[in-house]
Amino acid sequence: MKRLTRSLALSAAAALSFGLAACGDDDESSPASGTTGSEAAELTVYSGRDEELVAPLFERFETETGTKLSVRYGDTAELAATIREEGENSPADVFFGQDAGALGALDKDGLLAKLPAAALDPVAQEFRSANDTWVGTSGRARVLAYDSRELKEADLPASVLDLTGPEWKGKIGWAPTNASFQAFVTALRKVEGDDVAEQWLKDMDANGAKAYEKNGLVRDAIANGEIQAGLINHYYVLDAASSEGDDYPVKLHFFPGGDTGALVNVAGGGVLKSSEQQEAAASLLTFLLADEQQKFFVDETFEYPLAGDTAAPAGIPAIDSIEQPDVDLADLDDLAGTLELIEKSGVL
Amino acid sequence: MAVPLVYLAWTIASDPAAAWEAIWRPRTAELAIRSFLLAISVSVSASVLAVSLAWLTTRTDLPGRRLWTALTVLPFVVPSYIGAYLFVSALGPGGVLLQTEWIYGFGGAWLVLTLFTYPLVLLPVRAAMRRLDPSLEEAARGMGRSPLQVFTGVMLPQLTPAIGAGALLAALYALSDFGAVSILRFDSFTRVIYQSYRASFDRSGAAALAGLLVIVSLLLATAEGRVRDRRSAARKAPGSPRPPQRVALGRWKAPALLFCGAVVTIALVIPVAMLLVWSARSIAGDPDWARTAKAAGGSLLTAGLAAVAALVVALPISMVAARRRGRSSRITEVVASSGYVLPGIVVALSLVFVGTRLAPWAYQTLGIVIFALVVHFLPVALGPIRTSLLQIPESVEEAGRSAGRGPVAVWRTVTAPLAWGGTLAGGALIFLTAIKELPTIILLAPTGFETLSTRIWQTSNASAFEPAAIPALVLLLISAPPLFMLIGREPK
Repeated sequence: MKRLTRSLALSAAAALSFGLAACGDDDESSPASGTTGSEAAELTVYSGRDEELVAPLFERFETETGTKLSVRYGDTAELAATIREEGENSPADVFFGQDAGALGALDKDGLLAKLPAAALDPVAQEFRSANDTWVGTSGRARVLAYDSRELKEADLPASVLDLTGPEWKGKIGWAPTNASFQAFVTALRKVEGDDVAEQWLKDMDANGAKAYEKNGLVRDAIANGEIQAGLINHYYVLDAASSEGDDYPVKLHFFPGGDTGALVNVAGGGVLKSSEQQEAAASLLTFLLADEQQKFFVDETFEYPLAGDTAAPAGIPAIDSIEQPDVDLADLDDLAGTLELIEKSGVL
Repeated sequence: MAVPLVYLAWTIASDPAAAWEAIWRPRTAELAIRSFLLAISVSVSASVLAVSLAWLTTRTDLPGRRLWTALTVLPFVVPSYIGAYLFVSALGPGGVLLQTEWIYGFGGAWLVLTLFTYPLVLLPVRAAMRRLDPSLEEAARGMGRSPLQVFTGVMLPQLTPAIGAGALLAALYALSDFGAVSILRFDSFTRVIYQSYRASFDRSGAAALAGLLVIVSLLLATAEGRVRDRRSAARKAPGSPRPPQRVALGRWKAPALLFCGAVVTIALVIPVAMLLVWSARSIAGDPDWARTAKAAGGSLLTAGLAAVAALVVALPISMVAARRRGRSSRITEVVASSGYVLPGIVVALSLVFVGTRLAPWAYQTLGIVIFALVVHFLPVALGPIRTSLLQIPESVEEAGRSAGRGPVAVWRTVTAPLAWGGTLAGGALIFLTAIKELPTIILLAPTGFETLSTRIWQTSNASAFEPAAIPALVLLLISAPPLFMLIGREPK
């Protein structure tokens, strides 16, 4: 028993010193941020976008402006939920998320401040908030990814609504819990009405559409022949193709003619109303819209640039050639209704 | 302990219409039943698995008992979301071992949750089995009872508190789990709660559903309290535990070995082998070792502090629960178990809500993380501690008191040493559970603070798990010593 006690004490001590050393030398760990006043020139960012992806951008911002960033990474919607629980007391200055729905929800709660023109004007009206509270920083198009070993371009449907046909039975994958998918269903409701959207969900389900947890898993399922096509965002395929080479079997199909299946959604940001550093916070968004950063999104994440004249990633049509469905992204915040519909249709 | 409950009540009250509506959706009842069935199935199968393994490794002449002991508890260090991912990669469509569809849905969720929760039952049952007084079994055998009759008639009734405590934890875990069920595409109640937050930003609805989950946990905890044999499980004869006679397995030796081998292969060898392969591949990609090491430090720190803090809270609660049978002790236990049934996101958000309002100075500090982990995982420690307290005869304490010692002195010199084993077990279980935790750390830790679980989450985000294999492997490695410490207390 003594030996045991000693070994326990030793391992506890080791754990503590190891862990304390780990935080001690952590020069990035934040002091109580946000509340210390604006002289500190430190911004707190809640980022729903992956660290691996956007940390280089944030570092660039710190070097160029001298403003220090303290970034909390998490799931877009969970961070939005966190801000809603924090309310007025939120330590966050900027929220940076990967879908318009989360931004819309914060806006609806009155938690976002109006942005200055410099952070709004570079972006077309269709990719930012109608009441100037958030702005898209990069675009992601909904596509039908397909297995080019099994399907020819001529086989592909003109509308996402055609995927309920018998020729697609058991061959389609989707990610019904994914925020981008749900934003698309919200758009479908706006364009075609709730009844059509619900019927489509039911028919897809009855047609054996296979549910996956993530877009990336849908893509992989196409690559390994589990399914023939799937509804995902365009960049998942470009990303895999860039590392797998030209013979990567998964290709992209953009539904033509303003079909809702080709909706372009945005990743973007807003400034918290409770932030005491409105100007500095907004300058981060302006920074993300500058050419250099827009090019970063194209090169690193294969997303569409939304500001300036940076070209779209190679191999996909320009953003203005994808005819957009008649829907305002700001209206895509009714995800509650969409979830209800998805539940009602029995898909989830 | 009641912070999440207060938060839920507050949130429901702020928009009762939405909450009411969420509860009466037809899907809600269906999902509640599905999740409840999953929880019951998992706890039953985990108990059967655990009791068989515990009996084989403590009471028979199974060759290599110590090795099997170590190997059969090890799956506990595999976080269920990693286990689920590995199983899909190994056995799902396009799997490297088998290509099957059944891994998705109830079957897969049941299998994966059973495999990674049965150690929650195995550890307390083993501990209890070793403390049983062998004289009762010997007496029964002396009267001509078969080993099976001895097991069911003599041992099982004495083991009921330990089995019940473990089975409750397994059931609550199955109810609260989100990672594994979502990867295995089983539509559970928790998945809908996450969806309410993630997709519809409907906090009142989510809170109402979480409230239902709490009610289910209360029912389960109450049932466990009833089933638990409150009669003293203490050894009647004086003296220290002595090694029991071992049952000779005879011709059952081979099947027993095969059984242990199969469990270990499925729950441990396959997942670890896949992690090793992926780690080897990701080493070529120049992984960030320094950052992994720092994250390991973060994991040890949070889990270690959580274990210590939880013991400080758990000991008095267990003392009261084991010695007094009143309503207040029942309520304390039941409230504590509600923390474990709630999905991590609900516990985390409840502390976001309360922390920013009542303790902004503590918000997003290590302190609030530890607090959250204790609220979340306390019931894990309560079981083993209470069980070990129940096995101390009250007469020993009474003897101490009649010898003129005060209650504190009796506790320090009599109760504490005897309950030490169970306390250590409780602490180690908290450590092992807390080290796997994700949402509370992501939302509540100081900005920039990382643990292995957050590293796994961050690096596996993009859809490939490979870059997360090294942090996952390190997580398993640093979890193993406390686990071995738990079972290393056994006499040779």
